[in-house]
Amino acid sequence: MILSRRSILLSGITVAAAGALPGFAYAAAGTPKRLVFIIQRGAADGLGIVAPTGDPAFAAARRAMADETAGGAKLDSMFTLHPAMATTAGLFTGKQAHFAHAVATGYRDRSHFDGQNMLEGGGSRPYGRDTGWVGRLLTLLPAAERDAIAIAPAVPLALRGTVQVGTYAPSRLPQADSDLIARLTALYADDPLLHPLWDSAVKTQELASDIGGNNGRNGADLGKLAASLMLPADGARVMMVETGGWDTHSGQRGRLAAQLRGLDQLVAALQTGLGPAWADTLVLVATEFGRTVEVNGTGGTDHGTASTAMLLGGRLAEGGEISADWPGLASSARLDGRDLKPTRSLESVIAAAVAHHYAFSPTRVMTTLYPDA
Amino acid sequence: MAVQYLAASRFGLGRRFDDPAISDPKAWLTRQLGDYDPAPAATAGLAGRTAIATAYVEYREDRQAMRRESADTPMSEEEKGMGPELRRLSRSTIRRHYVDAAAARLAAAVATPTPFPERLVHFWANHFAVSADKQTVIGFVGNYENEAIRPNIMGKFADLLIAAVRHPAMLLYLDQAQSFGPDSPVATRVRDRGRRQAPGLNENLAREILELHTLGVRTGYTQADVTAFAKALTGLTVAGLGRGVGQRLMPADAAPGATVFIAPLHEPGAQTVVGRRYDAAGAAQGESILRDLAVHPATARHVATKLARHFTGNEPPKSLVDRLAADFLNSGGDLASLYRLLITSSEPWVAAPTMFKSPWDWTVSMLRALKIPALGEKQNVAAMFTQLGQPIWRPGSPAGYDDKVATWAGSAALMQRVELASRIAGRIGDRADPRQLAPLVLADALTPETGRAIARADSPGQGIAMLFASPAFLRR
Repeated sequence: MILSRRSILLSGITVAAAGALPGFAYAAAGTPKRLVFIIQRGAADGLGIVAPTGDPAFAAARRAMADETAGGAKLDSMFTLHPAMATTAGLFTGKQAHFAHAVATGYRDRSHFDGQNMLEGGGSRPYGRDTGWVGRLLTLLPAAERDAIAIAPAVPLALRGTVQVGTYAPSRLPQADSDLIARLTALYADDPLLHPLWDSAVKTQELASDIGGNNGRNGADLGKLAASLMLPADGARVMMVETGGWDTHSGQRGRLAAQLRGLDQLVAALQTGLGPAWADTLVLVATEFGRTVEVNGTGGTDHGTASTAMLLGGRLAEGGEISADWPGLASSARLDGRDLKPTRSLESVIAAAVAHHYAFSPTRVMTTLYPDA
Repeated sequence: MAVQYLAASRFGLGRRFDDPAISDPKAWLTRQLGDYDPAPAATAGLAGRTAIATAYVEYREDRQAMRRESADTPMSEEEKGMGPELRRLSRSTIRRHYVDAAAARLAAAVATPTPFPERLVHFWANHFAVSADKQTVIGFVGNYENEAIRPNIMGKFADLLIAAVRHPAMLLYLDQAQSFGPDSPVATRVRDRGRRQAPGLNENLAREILELHTLGVRTGYTQADVTAFAKALTGLTVAGLGRGVGQRLMPADAAPGATVFIAPLHEPGAQTVVGRRYDAAGAAQGESILRDLAVHPATARHVATKLARHFTGNEPPKSLVDRLAADFLNSGGDLASLYRLLITSSEPWVAAPTMFKSPWDWTVSMLRALKIPALGEKQNVAAMFTQLGQPIWRPGSPAGYDDKVATWAGSAALMQRVELASRIAGRIGDRADPRQLAPLVLADALTPETGRAIARADSPGQGIAMLFASPAFLRR
């Protein structure tokens, strides 16, 4: 079993390297669909990422930070993409990126933990659901597309549900020997908590053991790692990648640029690593809420409401477009006088993208992912 | 009921190899409250606030010099994957202050004769979490636990809260150090000159005090309360670190790293927070708000719930939370009184050990069990906990690490523990007998299955690895 997994993995890497060859049989045979959910924990500033530079109130509100996006790709007459996102800009040109702006979950307060709980759980109030929208999506997928994994030490709420999900955290520790693994398998056999965790750990250990050296230290490594876990024939089809560091209360200019550079390289490495399979991959990037329209006293922004979400992939419904019912940034147009007002629910953006990707009925996806909506 | 194991592992940090058997668990725990030493030997000799602040300023200013040096110095294994900035940080004195303090924290936890209060130190440092994500904060996090938390865990909650809020680590982490009253004399002057943007308010600390440290999220406070509280806190900052407007106003005698109140940065006027008006001027305004928040019924409930969860599990029994909250209100937030109530309550003692140990708890309990030092002289303690998924003093958010089974019981996390147990067991080899160690460490939680599995191991080392990976030892 271990040997066959390894040989598949190695051949998978070869395929990725040869992915540029036209007409390669792997692509022609059609690949199973893949989904990657990248969560931006900490409230990413949608107004700094996809900046409404055409809004007359933008420059005044952002003051010295308004030129954060100078040199970035002009997406249309209203929006400019942050310059750190060069790969993403290229995807947008190639109709492989879509931005949904002024979106938010149903959450209207400003606590990260509650907000993330709503984003992941998909309930109508914080802690309303103890399973996640991705976990519930798994129940709709054919068995061959249901293998899910999180690059995290434990299963994040978004992936929790009735389908068993693996986790993988890059490890530099030497591996435990197979005899000890077998003995612990016996010792955990009757333990309701440890038994499934251990099964999944052992399986993942086998899958990932040939790609040592990936330590996830930056976006590119993380993207490479994610691709290497998703590429093999029996690899994961659904993946969640955690990113933190978006809570830019101070010194936003440099911090956000660094974050976005990492995210952009993560996406680039994922696209490269998946090779032909990218054509059947949907990457969804979302955060729990946005940040204030105005800059605060410390060159940063505080907790806000609406933000932007990204859809990336080979076959988007509206690639190369921005969807936004733009509310405007004038004080009177803001929520509570301070935040970008949400004009579309993030839940509906996610449900529509997922339904299109898997060619499912939108109603069925909505009621499964967001049963309280 | 595994009362001996629960006393040692749920309340304590795991039985040490040289601890006598616990004959009367409640008396043993109560005695520790009196024997608690707020300044354990392991933490002596760590850098103080002035040295930490000075090291940060040097780190910031010596960029060029450090870069040259790093070109000449051969790279260690660990440094090879790092970019030049990270390498510079890894060699800096601020990083060394962090690494030294982390090693001291572990040494103190492994050696302590009062493991129950030591656990409470960890609990409160996590309740008032700072995170070494910012370069200004990295050097201070150890000092924060040792000087703000340790001396105050047996007193009143209000004093613990104020010590935590006023420490430079918290002021820097939650941006208070750079929060200025929008209509303070300094901001007004800058604005009148019109040359550049006036410094302004940052509500981060005020929000997190309300949401995380005191009342708790969704307890009825509003955005207006957050803003008013933030204004009341303005003026509170740290000396000797920044380069901005505030630094020129620092008192001449303030040592770098000292907490100071700069009146010209304080927002003038009364503030209303959670239905109460505060007229006091200056630093007293923020302090009165903190003192009122510290004894608010919502705070009592919030603290009671977190403490109860830590000693009973994911869903703490309402009966215990109610009694702790009532005790908190009656005693004006007397913490030792809450600890005594926990010891004498039935709830923490009835369940089997069902809570999954955090990586910290698990590693500390493993090291306490072994007579032979399990880690090499050169082991980087900080790096080891990062590897295990619980970097010391770096939870990545002001909420700290949460206290639930699902947080730590992941498949990758389990494999990492098995790998570390296996590596440590490899170092110990046959210098410890797992058949004797298992009943000592697991006491009344040792099951026949685990006992048999350990006895059948193919080597003493494998038996030790199995003991530390056993279902009971993974839990508390």
